[in-house]
Amino acid sequence: MNFLKKYASYAFLSFSVFPLSVFADWGLNLPRGVTPFSQEIYDLHMYVLWIMCAIGVVVFGAMFYSILVHRKSRGAKAANWHHSTQVEIVWTVIPFVILIAVAVPATRSLIMMEDVGDADMTIKVTGYQWKWHYDYIGTEVDFFSTIEEKSNSARRRGSNIDPFEVEHYLRDVDNYVVVPTNKKIRFLTTAGDVIHAWWVPALGWKRDAIPGFINESWAFIKEPGVYRGQCAELCGKDHGFMPIVVRAVPEGEYIAWVEQQSQARALASEQKNSRNILARTRTDQ
Amino acid sequence: MSEAAAHDHHDAQSTGLMRWLTTTNHKDIGTLYLLFSLTMFFIGGSMAMVIRLELFQPGLQFVDPQFYNSMTTMHALIMIFGAVMPAWTGFANWMIPIMIGAPDMALPRLNNWSFWILPFAFLMLLSTLFMPGGAPAGGWTMYPPLVLQTGDAFPYLIFAIHFLGASSIAGAINVIATVFNMRAPGMTLMKLPLFVWTWIITAFLLIASIPVLAGAVTMLLTDKYFGTAFFSAAGGGDPVMFQHIFWFFGHPEVYILILPAFGIVSAIIPTFARKPLFGYSSMVYATGAIAFLSFIVWAHHMFTVGMPLAGELFFMYTTVLIAVPTGVKIFNWVATMWRGSMTFETPMLFALAFVVLFTIGGFSGLMLGVTPVDFQYHDTYFVVAHFHYVLVTGAVFALMAGTYFWLPKWTGHMYNETLGKWHFWLSTISVNVLFFPQHFLGLSGMPRRIPDYAVQFSDFNMVSSIGGFIYGASQILFVVVVVKCIRGGKKATDQVWEGAQGLEWTLPSPPPLHSFTEAPDPSSITGGNR
Amino acid sequence: MSNTNADYYVPHSSHWPITATVAIFTMFVGGASFLNGGEVGVYILAIGLALFVYMLFGWFGTVIGESEAGTFNGQVDISFRMGMGWFIFSEVMFFAAFFGALYYARMYSVPWLGGEGSGAATNQFLWPEFATAWPLLQLPEAYAFSTFKETIGAWGVPFYNTMILLTSGATCTWAHWGLKIGSRKHLIAGLSVTVALGIIFVIMQAVEYGHAYNELGLTLNSGIYGATFFLLTGFHGFHVTMGTIMLATILGRCIKGHFTHERHFGFEACAWYWHFVDVVWIGLFIFVYWI
Ligand code: HEA
Ligand code: HEA
Ligand code: CUA
Ligand SMILES: [Cu+2]
Repeated sequence: MNFLKKYASYAFLSFSVFPLSVFADWGLNLPRGVTPFSQEIYDLHMYVLWIMCAIGVVVFGAMFYSILVHRKSRGAKAANWHHSTQVEIVWTVIPFVILIAVAVPATRSLIMMEDVGDADMTIKVTGYQWKWHYDYIGTEVDFFSTIEEKSNSARRRGSNIDPFEVEHYLRDVDNYVVVPTNKKIRFLTTAGDVIHAWWVPALGWKRDAIPGFINESWAFIKEPGVYRGQCAELCGKDHGFMPIVVRAVPEGEYIAWVEQQSQARALASEQKNSRNILARTRTDQ
Repeated sequence: MSEAAAHDHHDAQSTGLMRWLTTTNHKDIGTLYLLFSLTMFFIGGSMAMVIRLELFQPGLQFVDPQFYNSMTTMHALIMIFGAVMPAWTGFANWMIPIMIGAPDMALPRLNNWSFWILPFAFLMLLSTLFMPGGAPAGGWTMYPPLVLQTGDAFPYLIFAIHFLGASSIAGAINVIATVFNMRAPGMTLMKLPLFVWTWIITAFLLIASIPVLAGAVTMLLTDKYFGTAFFSAAGGGDPVMFQHIFWFFGHPEVYILILPAFGIVSAIIPTFARKPLFGYSSMVYATGAIAFLSFIVWAHHMFTVGMPLAGELFFMYTTVLIAVPTGVKIFNWVATMWRGSMTFETPMLFALAFVVLFTIGGFSGLMLGVTPVDFQYHDTYFVVAHFHYVLVTGAVFALMAGTYFWLPKWTGHMYNETLGKWHFWLSTISVNVLFFPQHFLGLSGMPRRIPDYAVQFSDFNMVSSIGGFIYGASQILFVVVVVKCIRGGKKATDQVWEGAQGLEWTLPSPPPLHSFTEAPDPSSITGGNR
Repeated sequence: MSNTNADYYVPHSSHWPITATVAIFTMFVGGASFLNGGEVGVYILAIGLALFVYMLFGWFGTVIGESEAGTFNGQVDISFRMGMGWFIFSEVMFFAAFFGALYYARMYSVPWLGGEGSGAATNQFLWPEFATAWPLLQLPEAYAFSTFKETIGAWGVPFYNTMILLTSGATCTWAHWGLKIGSRKHLIAGLSVTVALGIIFVIMQAVEYGHAYNELGLTLNSGIYGATFFLLTGFHGFHVTMGTIMLATILGRCIKGHFTHERHFGFEACAWYWHFVDVVWIGLFIFVYWI
């Protein structure tokens, strides 16, 4: 009986914690994100997760039933069979079918993600140790983005600054990546020294930034807002300290921002026609 | 020195330290492997404790980022190459000759060599902690160009890997020659205990994958010192090429770490269920299938590097396919328990925990295999949770199970069952407190390999660290049990466990120096396939 | 049958393995400190190497002694065979890593840099000047590398070397045949020719390297072409050298009268190794020099 209690608590640990992860707001689960892709893979994630839970319930259920019932202390006598071709075929085929049910929607999402064609604008993102550079292709806008000063001093060893007191600790930068909503934005990721990875969870993907090569990805942000992420590939000592902040704004605001950026750079020998900016940044592959 | 060589022709046995340095006996060598592995487990575990300590709360309290990265890198290299792989070879050395009715391993001197490489290779690797520029800090995956920024440690890292590779290959060759050439008459292949089967297949994985790793790190070496451009786009190469070569080794490697575990669990569950293993031959075929598939899934570690679509699809399909043969194994174990007559001594407890927790790790592995979702999971703590479930509650738990299972055979004494149970329960509960929350951390956005994190990750990190400290401390109990058992305790019978089957239980506990100087009687051989 | 175990030779303790370990460890430490610019590195390396050579003589000497004393029964012989066979397989996989690199560079990285396949943006934004070609004479970042105008054609020295190696494979079989029919004359003649051909191969290879380095400017530092070319052919050349030394040793033993027509594992092991080196060369000739 003592055993029973132990197993019960053990079973509790294995089973009950898993489904908890569906309570998204508790910081337990993937964010739903703000792009069609992120929402699609959120659904895919939940779908696969539930399948895993279901398999878990069946397999562990059978196992624990057996552990509880077929024990010597309860007088169970061991059977002597050890083989059944039929059963074995069944439990080879069923998982196979389940896998097909997983692979089909996964294939669909993947094909969608890889279709970078027909973008409205292009941003080239270059990772450096330890900052990001953004280049808005077809405009004069390009800038570096580094971890914001308050976090940067708080994170030093012996700084005596409480991280909880710093707003957006390690998740804030000096220059935000401003992008328009409801536009297909093509991101070109590359790097200047070692490999980095550009990742904003709300967009639904991360992509490695490989020195010497360019990877293409895209996002279509539906809701305005500030979305935070960070470098996701080990890139040396300050890998943990190269955050990313994307600010999605309505188109008009974006155009104004680009214009203001261009002026601030004082690079403009010729004046920009604000209405044309989007058209000019449109780059078909 | 030359006198010792002369000994080879006589029956004299060296004594003292020389005995251990020069031994060709499979049991001595097995013991050396196991003790070495335990030492490395503690060193690697201490590094994990540094990691968990630093991650206990946000902000940098104890170590600098560079040193933190060294800790993760060294932790992983030591655990994989120093703790788990040598432990399996230790089990192989002790058990395979006994299980197949052989006098010793096929190539005893080579066997000694495979072991003694290890302390020297790790001496090289650990000494890098004290070198200018610090220990390697580019992750155990050693991706260029980052790893090329390593300081003086760099060539030592590369050579240590070459050295360890030589040891693994020699060990694998020995296992193959032993199993294929040294079986007692009547011990047909389909009668081999599953531990032997899983080890042969592991040996093939080793021979086919370790040389590829050696090639990969050789290219790193020439890229750094001899001007080659394998991994530099400027010269027509590609950093990602390293990842392909590395993971062609790396993925089979993870099955190298787990297949012998499957074998051990397949020995323990029937013993304590007092019922023959269900589906022996499908177990063998499933192991083969896993091994085969393991060579064509490697790029699932690289879904985010920007492969062509066809590649991503191919690797997704093959990856999830591994669930089928692995599932067969899980189901067979459950079917073995079904209608058995189970008792729950410590080895059985660890084996049962293995089945549940490894499966959970397998489930998260399957989720990672779904390419588009891996764009989110990749390089987060979700991955860390996945692989610690398969490695710690998988491989390490099976090691614990196997140790408790055969310890009475090795030492001739029963271990202390009460302490064993304490070790089990403390470990099993704390290891889940340690690694389960890491799933949540990963999903909610915490990347791996960072020494400091945003404050919304604080709670789960603290929970995880507390679990880690308890788990770590519990392992001291394991050492206590083992040491007590070596030094004394109730005399073990030959049979040890009521339901035990197989040749090893026909020998006395502990077995004599030379196991089967006469091949066992074929009719006494009851293999797995009945 | 049931007590064959007693006849299986299990050597008693031996200090050769630990000597080997210490030797290699010393070589590694010396090599590493040399690469780090240490002054004493080469000397440590040399000491390690000396110890290693001493070990080779000692360990193999012991085994040969045991073999000649008839210590090994047929089963031990099989263990040796399996050991050698799988060791050669591991070597095959080692070469596979470099062949893989060559394949990857030719099929993926170089075309991508030139804008083919999924490399359009890579080429457009990073390497607009670069065009795919093989052999890769014009590198993406040419100034950082040693440029070369020409590669070594397949139908000159490499072709002759192919013939040499193929012939040496045949002469090796001739020696084997001689051994089997118990003719020392054929055995020694065949082996001598094989060793000679091996030496000629290595010399021609060395001359060719000199030509590449001095006249063509083709070096290790010539981008991915030079890297794959030299590492593949270099490791192969190293293996030929080892194989030649092994065969020369066997030749010495044959002259001493070792081996019998049914028991000659040492000979066969070296012969297998030689054939393996031969096959790798065919791969090299086709994929590195020819196409
Ligand atoms: C022992 C080691 C081990 C084992 C056994 C596995 C097993 C598996 N692993 Fe894991 N893995 C690692 C060790 C291991 N892994 C390590 C160390 C890393 C990280 C390396 C690094 O980056 O540092 C990693 C990373 C890793 C990744 C890369 C993640 C990323 O970086 O983005 C992926 C992706 O596909 C993956 C997948 C899998 C799969 C599909 C299995 C499968 O084999 C699991 C199969 C098992 C089951 C599925 C459960 C049982 C089955 C059933 C009950 C049947 C029914 C089930 C279904 C139909 C689903 N693993
Ligand atoms: C077999 C392999 C193996 C094993 C057994 C372990 C065991 C453990 N691992 Fe490890 N781990 C890896 C393989 C393994 N790991 C790999 C491959 C990586 C990836 C590295 C990379 O990114 O490159 C990794 C990375 C990794 C990370 C992520 C680091 C990061 O990304 O920043 C963490 C963090 O929690 C971690 C923790 C632990 C812990 C707490 C244990 C525990 O199970 C350890 C328990 C053991 C002990 C603690 C030792 C025994 C006890 C003592 C020494 C007594 C003292 C005890 C106390 C003071 C309490 N590991
Ligand atoms: Cu940049 Cu990590
Ligand atoms: Cu893998």
